[in-house]
Amino acid sequence: MSIEVKNIQKQFGEFTALDNVSLSFPTGELVALLGPSGCGKTTLLRIIAGLENPDGGVVHFHGEDATHVHVRQRQVGFVFQHYALFRHMTVFDNVAFGLSVRPRGKRPDKKEIAERVHDLLKLVQLDWLADRYPDQLSGGQRQRIALARALAVEPKVLLLDEPFGALDAKVRKDLRRWLRRLHDELHITSIFVTHDQEEAMEVADRIVVLNKGKIEQIGTPDEVYNNPATPFVYDFIGQVNLFHSRVNEGWAHIGEIKLPAPEHPQVRDHAAVAYVRPHDIELQALPGEGFISAVIDNISTAGAVLRIELRHALADDVIHVELPRSQERLLNLHPGSQVYARPTNSKIFLQNR
Amino acid sequence: MRSLRKPSVIPGFGLSLGFAAFYASLIVFIPLAALFAKAFTLTWSQFWDTVLDPQAVASYRLSLGAAFIGASINLVFGFIVAWVLVRYHFFGKKVVDALVDLPFALPTAVAGIALTTLYAPQGWIGQWLTPFNIKVAYAPLGVVVALTFIGLPFVVRTVQPVLEELEKEIEEAAASLGASRWHTFRRILLPALLPALLTGFALSFARAVGEYGSVVFISGNMPFKTEITPLLIVTKLEQYNYAGAAALAVVLLTFSFVLLLLINMLQHWSSKRAGG
Amino acid sequence: MVGTVSSLGRRATRINHAVSEPFWVQFILITIALVFLALFLVMPLVAVFKEAFSKGIEVYFASLSEPDAWHAVKLTLLAAAISVPLNVIFGVSAAWAITKFRFHGKHALITLIDLPFAVSPVVAGLIYVLLFGAQGWFGPWLADHDLKIIFAVPGIVLATIFVTFPFVARELIPLMEEQGTSYEEASLTLGAGGWQTFWRVTVPSIKWGLLYGIILCNARAMGEFGAVSVVSGHIRGQTNTLPLHIEILYNEYQFAASFAAASILAGLALVTLVVKSFLEWQHTRDRERAARAALQEI
Repeated sequence: MSIEVKNIQKQFGEFTALDNVSLSFPTGELVALLGPSGCGKTTLLRIIAGLENPDGGVVHFHGEDATHVHVRQRQVGFVFQHYALFRHMTVFDNVAFGLSVRPRGKRPDKKEIAERVHDLLKLVQLDWLADRYPDQLSGGQRQRIALARALAVEPKVLLLDEPFGALDAKVRKDLRRWLRRLHDELHITSIFVTHDQEEAMEVADRIVVLNKGKIEQIGTPDEVYNNPATPFVYDFIGQVNLFHSRVNEGWAHIGEIKLPAPEHPQVRDHAAVAYVRPHDIELQALPGEGFISAVIDNISTAGAVLRIELRHALADDVIHVELPRSQERLLNLHPGSQVYARPTNSKIFLQNR
Repeated sequence: MRSLRKPSVIPGFGLSLGFAAFYASLIVFIPLAALFAKAFTLTWSQFWDTVLDPQAVASYRLSLGAAFIGASINLVFGFIVAWVLVRYHFFGKKVVDALVDLPFALPTAVAGIALTTLYAPQGWIGQWLTPFNIKVAYAPLGVVVALTFIGLPFVVRTVQPVLEELEKEIEEAAASLGASRWHTFRRILLPALLPALLTGFALSFARAVGEYGSVVFISGNMPFKTEITPLLIVTKLEQYNYAGAAALAVVLLTFSFVLLLLINMLQHWSSKRAGG
Repeated sequence: MVGTVSSLGRRATRINHAVSEPFWVQFILITIALVFLALFLVMPLVAVFKEAFSKGIEVYFASLSEPDAWHAVKLTLLAAAISVPLNVIFGVSAAWAITKFRFHGKHALITLIDLPFAVSPVVAGLIYVLLFGAQGWFGPWLADHDLKIIFAVPGIVLATIFVTFPFVARELIPLMEEQGTSYEEASLTLGAGGWQTFWRVTVPSIKWGLLYGIILCNARAMGEFGAVSVVSGHIRGQTNTLPLHIEILYNEYQFAASFAAASILAGLALVTLVVKSFLEWQHTRDRERAARAALQEI
């Protein structure tokens, strides 16, 4: 089922949580709402769920207006950040809850409920935990039970609020992949909220980047990473180096070097900032055309890539560079050595006065 | 309703708040308003005459004085009890811990007659005091004993949780810096526990000022000597002097409200400290 | 005391001396604490039972089976049976409104809930006399309609409600505040209705706190003396609750009978303390279990 929100407005006192947000979630996709805390992502999720009422705007479910449909009738599966599993109920009763509270006519009989619950517990691979209480489960198990409980009511949409936020790094990675596989199996329209760009990249079909109640960019992980629409997205997704420059007729001038700025062909002498990813910088030992002279400040060799901090001559500023490990020996890098750096890929954003 | 509350999907706001507000007004708000209304049927001079009558003033002195002494005793001994319960291990600690709440659970009338029996000149405790010419029952000292009893749990129960939360590391740090145990206590522990101690003291004091049941048996109720303010109110009521009773009640209430305000400020201070 | 010293000694060897007191200081402090509590708590309690049985078991039971005593017991139970449930309904409603919603006047309501704790029991009785007594606001109207509140059972119930008013609400508000609203929201997203959510999700999760509040509320309701004394009129066999019955017997120098009645209330107090400790233990265990599960993760 597709979801569409139009012109959503939400205010908490003086604070604007969502400012005229419109977007659509196609059927069967897994979408991430990504942004820093306070950007309005959770509020948007809660408005879609019907847990929060928007001050303005509409929510459409499959083309029908659902703005005033009560959360009870919306048939959304919601997984809470801290799972909100009912502590006094067993895992079985938690998953069965949504079925057992249905009005008498629509309620499946006991046997049917038991079958459905066990099917769901098998789906989340925790059938053996049916008689446990939430307090006796690990965080990862609780997360999966919360998902099973949400799926029990056969929701048309699945909404997850920071689904991996309360887990430690290792469990988090496993669950990420598991959720992706589960979605591929069920193909239910799903939206999850996260502040972790890596998580959004790995799991989602599509990412919506939010900032200060507004949408910054909507796109596939690839588009968002490789072609950020705004400086904010560039900054928020992955590390980035900033170079202050002036743009003139399709070129950005940074000191003595210049970078192509084909997106600004008509601009004349305008202040701009060039954004360059750490892995979009090449280093060499000798000076060359378009290379900036710099001194190595620090090298971190832990991990899969070399992380190098350069202090360059243009401004008293640090450039972050990431290189494959094989380059370490090739260039004979060590702190204090002189190198020459060149951005191989960049994006130029004009500065507003 | 729309302007009254922030919208929420959770049902039952109108019903729950409606009932709570209705019930609270009926039981608490309206009757208390009636009290003030009654007290101010008196003219100002009548009101002041009632309130500043020597017998009334003597009763304030006893009520406040005995409550203050009782709360002070509880401050010292309640602190020791809390300390011992949190820091040391000894046989029967759980039972002692549970027993501390006895004054909350034991009806005041029962406490009153039991204390009177103990401290009467022939009583278990009284007989040891008589040779020294110390009179407890039917004397102001008896009022102090009763008020100490009913205020006993407050200091213990406010200090105990704070003491439990206190990080042992702070004391270890102080010790590692060369502070003696006594120094650590005075310079590190006491300041940290001060808000809780004062809150406990104020709660104990507030409770004692209004206390009636446990005192009337042991005090002897002699005007000017062992008559507490709540008793004077009852006396006025029995003489059908409703306005006079209301006037004294207003004095007592005002005092309690000021204390309540003070306690709230103390708790605010204490929570702010805990947070910082 | 002997047990005290030996177990303390065993323990002292494991205590870090840098942040603990010398053995003799511990010994003195524990002794002071225990003597203080023995003097103020244990001795009165023992005195009640000792005096109750001072004239023998027959007198004890005879004084309890007296019709006036029986009537006092029944009236005490009746007052508690009305006031406790009403205060439970109030406490739950108030806690629901205060913890699940944001609204103007919340602080005023919280202050109002606390108020009866600050009011002297005598004043608590007095306010109802001023409202419903012969000279009170509604006095003449009540007299015209032949209704009696003061010096009758309704007055006793009202005074009892007033003094026990905060107990349940005070217990529930912090508890429900801590639990937040996500359990109720989860229940709603799963299709449950308001009452279903309340009974199946909220009530089970607050049951220990609720019971705790009820226990304290009940103890006070059955033992209240000052407030009830003012509104009751002390009519034997009609408006005497158990605490008032104790007072009358005591003032008539029927000490054994008076303490016999007091022993019932003292027994109730002990039961209250036991149940209270059990509930506290239950609560700590719940918390520890949750904390352990959370730790497992990391």
